[in-house]
Amino acid sequence: MLSFIIRRCLTAVPLLLAIALLVFLLMYLAPGDFLTAARADRDTPRELVAQLEREFGLDEPWYVQYALWLGNLWPIGWNENAAHWWNRFEIDMDLGFSWSYKVPVVDLLATRIPATLLLSFTSIVFAWSIAIPLGVLAAIHKDSLFDRISALLAYAALSIPEFFLAVLAVFFAARSGWFPTGGLTSIEYEFLSPVGKFLDIAYHLILPTVVLGASMIAGMMRIMRANFLDYLRAEFVNTARAKGLPEGVVMFKHVLRNAINPLITAFGFAFSSLLSGALLVENIMNYPGLGQLVYDALLKQDQFVVMASVMMGALMLMLGNLLADLLLAWSDPRIRLESAA
Amino acid sequence: MRQHLLLELLRRPLGFAALVLLVLMYLAAIFASFLAPYPPAEQSLDHAFHPPTGLYWEDGRVWVRIYENADPAAGRWVPSGEAFPLAWFASGYPYRLFGLIPADTHLFQPATDDPAHRVYLLGSDTTGRDVFTRLLYGARISLSIGLIGISITMVMGFLVGGLAGYFGGRVDFWAMRLVEFLMAIPGLYLLLALRATLAPNFESAQMYILIVIILAAIGWAGTARIIRGLSLSLRNRPFVMAAECMGQSTLKILTKHILPNLTSYLLVAATLSIPAYILGEAALSFLGLGIQEPSASWGLMLSQAQEDMKVFMLGFWWLLSPGAAIFVTVIAFNVLGDALRDIVDPRMKL
Repeated sequence: MLSFIIRRCLTAVPLLLAIALLVFLLMYLAPGDFLTAARADRDTPRELVAQLEREFGLDEPWYVQYALWLGNLWPIGWNENAAHWWNRFEIDMDLGFSWSYKVPVVDLLATRIPATLLLSFTSIVFAWSIAIPLGVLAAIHKDSLFDRISALLAYAALSIPEFFLAVLAVFFAARSGWFPTGGLTSIEYEFLSPVGKFLDIAYHLILPTVVLGASMIAGMMRIMRANFLDYLRAEFVNTARAKGLPEGVVMFKHVLRNAINPLITAFGFAFSSLLSGALLVENIMNYPGLGQLVYDALLKQDQFVVMASVMMGALMLMLGNLLADLLLAWSDPRIRLESAA
Repeated sequence: MRQHLLLELLRRPLGFAALVLLVLMYLAAIFASFLAPYPPAEQSLDHAFHPPTGLYWEDGRVWVRIYENADPAAGRWVPSGEAFPLAWFASGYPYRLFGLIPADTHLFQPATDDPAHRVYLLGSDTTGRDVFTRLLYGARISLSIGLIGISITMVMGFLVGGLAGYFGGRVDFWAMRLVEFLMAIPGLYLLLALRATLAPNFESAQMYILIVIILAAIGWAGTARIIRGLSLSLRNRPFVMAAECMGQSTLKILTKHILPNLTSYLLVAATLSIPAYILGEAALSFLGLGIQEPSASWGLMLSQAQEDMKVFMLGFWWLLSPGAAIFVTVIAFNVLGDALRDIVDPRMKL
């Protein structure tokens, strides 16, 4: 198990480096950079621009810039001035400086990534808690009215673009006034009690969660139904019934446990589309997450923010896939991780 | 094979209905200039946020109600009680059918001389442009991007996946690493980064090509992976070995022996993945990075509707109609794809 995790992490390193290189090249090739606005501004002294160019290494060729960026990324530093030798190691990840926000990128990501992870997490939980029961019910009552209606709804949910659903949700929130139209917290958030803070965030999360989760529900429900039907016809289910096990035990202990596996595998894929979907939903619903950050940064050519955000997106994707594999191994003891790698 | 497919499709009413719907939509896009009453960029500032006009039937003609602007600040329009008739196959603004044949006949035009009397089947937007017209013109971009994008993707996916699966070994290894690399970046992030690299401002036609290329560049990876798996299993079949023994060239084996065995899969996969391209273009345009004004695309129209915020506060629901159009198109492709898959191979997992 441990060796599997280590191996997966090691293979992720070259991939991440390659992604960083690609994004770096894309940003480098893009016309203009984050100092373009400063250069065009007459009030900014030329010397300052030149000095900034030197500081950020913009006058160097691209491979030197990339190496500089990578060098700063290396998290383990050496501090000569520390009191004891064991204190001299310091963990300091420098992802660069955000030109438009005027803060280090690390600080920026530290506030944005938890927000996106929170939204992804609530959406997945929401999707699963609806998709699994619905899929099971549709499979048990195959070809019933409920099955047909849920299949129809699943089609609709699969086909509605996330950003359109988000626009509709904002429309709904604005018209009804029942939900906030955006953001993660209210204005008075800072003055609330801890319980009040929690409730405030939960209240703001409802609409984005529903929007992001809706499209996932449909896909998962269809997978769940198909698998459940497959296992319902399996021999061991006949055996269980022949033994005289109660129907509830047959359904939940024998069929459901088997049918749920592909859903866990789909978790990895779901995470990928979740991140992309979150980018749109965050921008429309004004949710302060990674997607909103990367979009803003791209428009402002805030190079280091873009690179860090895309890297973090890719990293989260890989971790999501790893997590899915581990979950699968935990849920299904027949799976051997070593051979799966 | 093709005839058999159509016959089978006829037996599935839902799938067939989806096919008919799609054909109608593509026809509407092709004949947009004939169906639309106004040029797509024609403004009428006196008619901002005009609601959909009411129609009624009397004396063998269709009449259009005339509206008065009751409250310009709130964009409130009320019927004035008067009406004007519609003329069928009347002459209107000149255009070129299929981009070639000059014509000025339109399906319908208001039969009045007063330019203030306009017909808005789906209302008007901020600058008084006809939403119905823009929806039709937008369909040209939004619908064709799916077809062109998927063709590029399928060709690339087949070449890379087919070659990787057929040759195996080192080619396979590196092709699959490339695929994994592309799939490791969240799709929309990569889309945005690619878009940012390629010059900020293009003309509409160039932008269109650019979007297709970007979407295809990201989309081929998944297809290539599946085709590789399929061609890997085909490679060891006797007929491929026989062809190899006869000394046929690799290209010929790929196109004559492997491709025909993949057509059914490719057809289903293409139908089911066209929505991704339509949605991708809509998302890019929605974010303001795709098709630019004054051209129309469904995503762009939605983004304008959202920007105004008036949609939310004052309830100009008709501005959301492009979203409904995307929804209907995507659902039709999904239904058709599922029906085709059931015909071709019910056990296929996509």
